[in-house]
Amino acid sequence: MTPLTAYLLISALLFSVGLAGALTRRSAILVLAGIELMLNAANLNFLAFWRFGPHPEALTGFIFVIFSIAVAAAEAAVGLALILAIYRHANTSDVSQIVEMKG
Amino acid sequence: MGFIVHDLWLIPVLPALAAGISALLRQGERRLSAGLAIGSMGISLALALCAFVQSLADPGRQVVNFHWMQFGSEWISLGWMLDPLTAVMLVMIAFVGLLIFIYSTCYMAHDANFTRFFCFLSLFAAAMFGVVIANSLLLLFMCWELVGLTSYLLIGFWYHRPAAAAAAKKAFITTRIGDLGLLLGMVWLYSKTGTLLFYDHGAGCLEHGALASLLGAASVAGVPVFNAIALLIFCGAVGKSGQLPLHVWLPDAMEGPTPVSALIHAATMVAAGVYLVARVYPLMSLTPDGIATALKVVAWTGAITAIFAASVAVAQNDIKRILAYSTISQLGYMMLGLGVGGVSVGIFHLITHAFFKALLFLGAGSVIHGCTEEQDIRYLGGLRRFMPITFATYAVGTLALCGFPLLFSGFWSKDAILHAAHGWSVSQVPFYLGVIGALLTAFYMTRQVCYVFFGERREPQTVESPRAPEEICIIADPHESPSTMTAPLAVLAVFAVVLGFINTPAWPWFTSFLLQPEATLASPSPNPMTWNPALDFGRFAEAGLLPLMLLSSLIVLAGLALGWWFYGRKPIIRADDPDALEQLAPPIFHALQKRLYVDELYESTLIPAARWAAHFSAWLDRWVWNGAVSAVRILVTGLGWMDASIDTNAVNAGFDEGCRGVSDGGRLLSHFQNGRVQNYLRVIAAALVLLAALLLWRSAA
Repeated sequence: MTPLTAYLLISALLFSVGLAGALTRRSAILVLAGIELMLNAANLNFLAFWRFGPHPEALTGFIFVIFSIAVAAAEAAVGLALILAIYRHANTSDVSQIVEMKG
Repeated sequence: MGFIVHDLWLIPVLPALAAGISALLRQGERRLSAGLAIGSMGISLALALCAFVQSLADPGRQVVNFHWMQFGSEWISLGWMLDPLTAVMLVMIAFVGLLIFIYSTCYMAHDANFTRFFCFLSLFAAAMFGVVIANSLLLLFMCWELVGLTSYLLIGFWYHRPAAAAAAKKAFITTRIGDLGLLLGMVWLYSKTGTLLFYDHGAGCLEHGALASLLGAASVAGVPVFNAIALLIFCGAVGKSGQLPLHVWLPDAMEGPTPVSALIHAATMVAAGVYLVARVYPLMSLTPDGIATALKVVAWTGAITAIFAASVAVAQNDIKRILAYSTISQLGYMMLGLGVGGVSVGIFHLITHAFFKALLFLGAGSVIHGCTEEQDIRYLGGLRRFMPITFATYAVGTLALCGFPLLFSGFWSKDAILHAAHGWSVSQVPFYLGVIGALLTAFYMTRQVCYVFFGERREPQTVESPRAPEEICIIADPHESPSTMTAPLAVLAVFAVVLGFINTPAWPWFTSFLLQPEATLASPSPNPMTWNPALDFGRFAEAGLLPLMLLSSLIVLAGLALGWWFYGRKPIIRADDPDALEQLAPPIFHALQKRLYVDELYESTLIPAARWAAHFSAWLDRWVWNGAVSAVRILVTGLGWMDASIDTNAVNAGFDEGCRGVSDGGRLLSHFQNGRVQNYLRVIAAALVLLAALLLWRSAA
């Protein structure tokens, strides 16, 4: 087993954990946490493919991940703010009860 | 006086303006309305006299033409002219018209529609002036129709009387038949010569170039074109001047007020036909050789009309109807004069007749006015004691009409006609007809005067006044009319005498004046002083003239004596006594009294034919033309129904079905959007797994 395969396996595991959390948890905050896990799985893939790719000396994957983390931080801030607003509006943060946006 | 040629249009326009203003006045504005009419007529008379003086000074022909409107590349021109014929007619119309206007103010004084009457009279005067100044057959025709319209309006002035309304229609329709001929002749003339101007410095349709081209035109169905056109134009004159066979409207036209009868149906309008023939005389007399066919027709029509109407007049009892038949007869003489003797002979009789016939009609009006609307001569009588002025002037008019020798105008004008007829190379029959007509004229006028003015006063019938149908006039003693009525009578009586002296054989001033334009054309160096002929009694010695004058004098005296023998010898005592002539020869008298059954003949032949044609046209209209239109309508409606049903059943249904499908699909799909975010995520995850499986399977394969 090459190190890349091991990293990818870990990343896939991390993604599956995040997906399961996002699909099964009812609390909006935990759903968000699941999404953050899946994002970090993607970041891990970036780093792995960069580190074991043909040009590890150029800092492309690294810079990409730095950007991705910054965007994730902003996204988390917006997501939490939305969740707070929804909570104030509906008095709950249970995503299975917030169904007003149906067709 | 030169200004008058350019301002000749003012003469018709002033009365037209007066008519227009009168039409807007309230019924009560009697004085203003009469003042406008008489004032405008007075100014027109002054202008007409100016025109006459100008014409005397320069008896040539002056024309003013202008473009009126454009048809394609051609201009229709109108214009007016001044020549002796126009000048003489203008003065006659304005003078007689003015006198009759003044007379009417009194005659119509009690009428509720006084302003309307003067409005129509002024309009008539305007149109009549237009007829005589027109230098274009088209302009003449327009004024001619306007004259016919006012005649219709004035005959039917008392339209609440059925007889008046019917007479108005009869006059209008009968003259229209003649006018159709005139219109056709006019169109034909235009198509042949390209102009309707009479005189246009050599290019007019009565001038040499156009006449020569007409002579050269190919004949149609054996009739030369120039003859056909002349005869068609003559049709218009026949209708307007009451010649046979279109005379039937004129006696009925006496339903109008008496001043109207005097002005329109005796003095001026009915003479318009004679004027028309005189105006287009170069066309009428156009012929390659000998005597023109058109002139022969004119002469024969005139002669037959003259004797026919004179004989019918013998047996009439209505004072105005006698005069009406007398007018027809005299118009026949004018036509005869035009046919056999030329323009001056006919027009001279037209002028003298206008004066004495207006005088007779106004006298009759005075009688009617003084005797509570009684018109039947059998119920009048002995009026010379009650109405001396009317009687004296009426007698003058009668003698002038009969042609009493030497002193009266009718003698000279009628004698000129008879003299010309005697010298006619075609036939002597018109001459004998004219002589017998003269005898009858003297006879019926004597009969009328004996009935009305001599004998004993007979009880009048109770007559409904035409002015107030509900009111029965009170039977009062006859009285002389006021001076506004007798003064015009006196003036006309003077002219009925003196006018004869302007054209005696010894001093043919009128003839040489009228013929001056043609004479000027013939000799290129006109000298204004030479046309005035000198007094020369030697002309009486001309061959055949004196015996002829003697003969016509004897004829007139015989007629007067015969009339006196029948009607004046024993005073007529009772109104229902049979007529003296009726006792002598009842069948003839009755036939004449029934106007020789001409009306009945028309009633049994032409009118049913016209009615049948009208019914046939109505049938055609209702079933054939209307049927075609209805078929198109049904077709279109059917197409519309089909269209509508396709729309509702096929197009609408298909569209509805489509809409329902879209709506159902939307409803179905909306279940997927249930608002549960995690469901969406699940679908995405499932899709992801599927995608990954697919990729794995592909890379393995």
